[in-house]
Amino acid sequence: MSTRPDPQHTQLYLDGVSVSFDGFRALNNLSLIIMPGEMRAIIGPNGAGKTTMMDLITGKTRPDKGTILFDGDTDLTQMDEAGIATLGIGRKFQKPTVFESHTVWDNLDLALAGKRGPFASLFHRDGADDDRILSILDTIRLSARRHVLAGSLSHGQKQWLEIGMLLAQEPKLLLVDEPVAGMTDAETAETARLLREIAQTRSVVVVEHDMTFVRDLDVKVTVLHEGSVLSDGSLDHVSADPRVIEVYLGR
Amino acid sequence: MQGGILLPRLDRAGLAFGAVALGLAILIPVLNLLVSTDSPFHVPPHVVALMGKYLCYALLALSVDLVWGYCGILSLGHGAFFALGGYAMGMYLMRQIGPRGMYGHPTLPDFMVFLNWPELPWYWLGFDQFWFAALMVLLVPGLLAGLLGWLAFRSRVTGVYLSIITQAMTFALLLAFFRNDMGFGGNNGLTDFKDILGASIQADGTRSALFAASAIALALGFILCRWIVRSKLGRVLIAIRDAESRTRFLGYRVEQYKLLVFVTSACMAGVAGALYVPQVGIINPGEFSPANSIEAVIWVAVGGRGTLIGSVIGAVLVNFGKTLLTNALPEVWLFALGGLFIAVTLFLPRGIVGLWTGYWTRRREKQAASITTQPVTEGQ
Repeated sequence: MSTRPDPQHTQLYLDGVSVSFDGFRALNNLSLIIMPGEMRAIIGPNGAGKTTMMDLITGKTRPDKGTILFDGDTDLTQMDEAGIATLGIGRKFQKPTVFESHTVWDNLDLALAGKRGPFASLFHRDGADDDRILSILDTIRLSARRHVLAGSLSHGQKQWLEIGMLLAQEPKLLLVDEPVAGMTDAETAETARLLREIAQTRSVVVVEHDMTFVRDLDVKVTVLHEGSVLSDGSLDHVSADPRVIEVYLGR
Repeated sequence: MQGGILLPRLDRAGLAFGAVALGLAILIPVLNLLVSTDSPFHVPPHVVALMGKYLCYALLALSVDLVWGYCGILSLGHGAFFALGGYAMGMYLMRQIGPRGMYGHPTLPDFMVFLNWPELPWYWLGFDQFWFAALMVLLVPGLLAGLLGWLAFRSRVTGVYLSIITQAMTFALLLAFFRNDMGFGGNNGLTDFKDILGASIQADGTRSALFAASAIALALGFILCRWIVRSKLGRVLIAIRDAESRTRFLGYRVEQYKLLVFVTSACMAGVAGALYVPQVGIINPGEFSPANSIEAVIWVAVGGRGTLIGSVIGAVLVNFGKTLLTNALPEVWLFALGGLFIAVTLFLPRGIVGLWTGYWTRRREKQAASITTQPVTEGQ
């Protein structure tokens, strides 16, 4: 292993992270570093630990051992989901998860960065952040559908709305789990454009199976296998790695 | 929603409901007290008490709708909060009897004299004061809901498991209140009330006043619920109902929201119970029966959950039906209630209010469609 950079300058720092569920080692001594402003694609066969890794970073699961640092000094293993979210980590689920009985507008309004306590919500005044919502609607191409219930959007539009909600949170780091699953080719290309646009101002980690999409993103790729990093580098580099071909691409 | 609204939005539905309730609070007492008994418009006192009872049930249903309809917490134990509020009021009414009990003891209620209690237990102290009892009506259900909610929501107990816990809570209280040594009158409960705030509880004027108080309490409860569900807090509650983990990952502490709304709801149920007891003249452990809590959920389902007004309509209609049916065919009621629940679940998943709003939406869509097609037919 090469010398690791000082965690102080990293956006996300995972070192020696392991977690087991009923004896099954979902993550095995995983180490990974994401720099500020970096976009990284993570690939790997089913069960490689991709979603578990996201669960650990976002506080849904606690690691058995290892270090997870945000901004170089904040220990994420001691915080809950809400705390980590307000710190500046946004998470997009594999299955699009939006508030179906709220309008597109209200979905974004709820996601906007701001006070999160119940009393702050009770006395919240509407209308102060309209410009911000309008600009996000423009970015995710849903301006025309802003008063429609989120439940009546198409699958692709729900994915974009969820990405828009993450933007509204103004995170420093965005974790995106299989954003183009079930999308048409046109929607996939549009999503790649959207993510590249987002990555200009923040770090993004994308988990994806779709190789065309990963190629479209044109970023450094990390291959996970059995809970640890198998290989990393450009897509061409990892595709040529014989170990990767054996466990993943060659199947 | 969009638009720079500086003033708090005027809640037309809340005001309309308040106006109707206030109208009833005046009209029914007038028809009872001022219209002569020969007139067809005269409302007899027992009908006033019956309608007052319906309004208390409506307030209970409203509190169930707030947690179930908006936050997805299916409480099958709300009857416990209702009964606790009722017991707090019952204890005040018992202490108002004073030395006029059968045994003529200056402070001890009859059942305590009968069971040889030497003196008033500590938890009965203070209940001779109305303000103290009124405080307990809110505090006892609120604290219990706070404790249960804090434990359950913190451990992320949701769905059917939470429902079972709430059901177990009311059942445990049922068993506890049945015990004579609890000091709440055992299975006979608290009854033989004489006065409330110095007025005879049997007097027509008192009955009318209690009815008016119930109507006003229901209106205030409705306005409070409207305020909650129309605020951003209400939108977060619906978000929790629809996608709890998404809400968490947006940075909302779901357990705080649930706890706040659960406690508010329990306090409302407590007030409903406190107004119910003087109007029916008795409170006994039967009010903790799990079936009562389930019945309250059925009222909400029948009226339409997540609509507030639906819970009020459901509670009044189902209880009106219950009054009619238990007079005519008492043994059929539980089957009718069960059948009603199945029918509503199968055919009216959004309740009576859902049926109504669905009809108007379809009608509007049909009209919109006919308007857009009209120029084409004219051109032919």
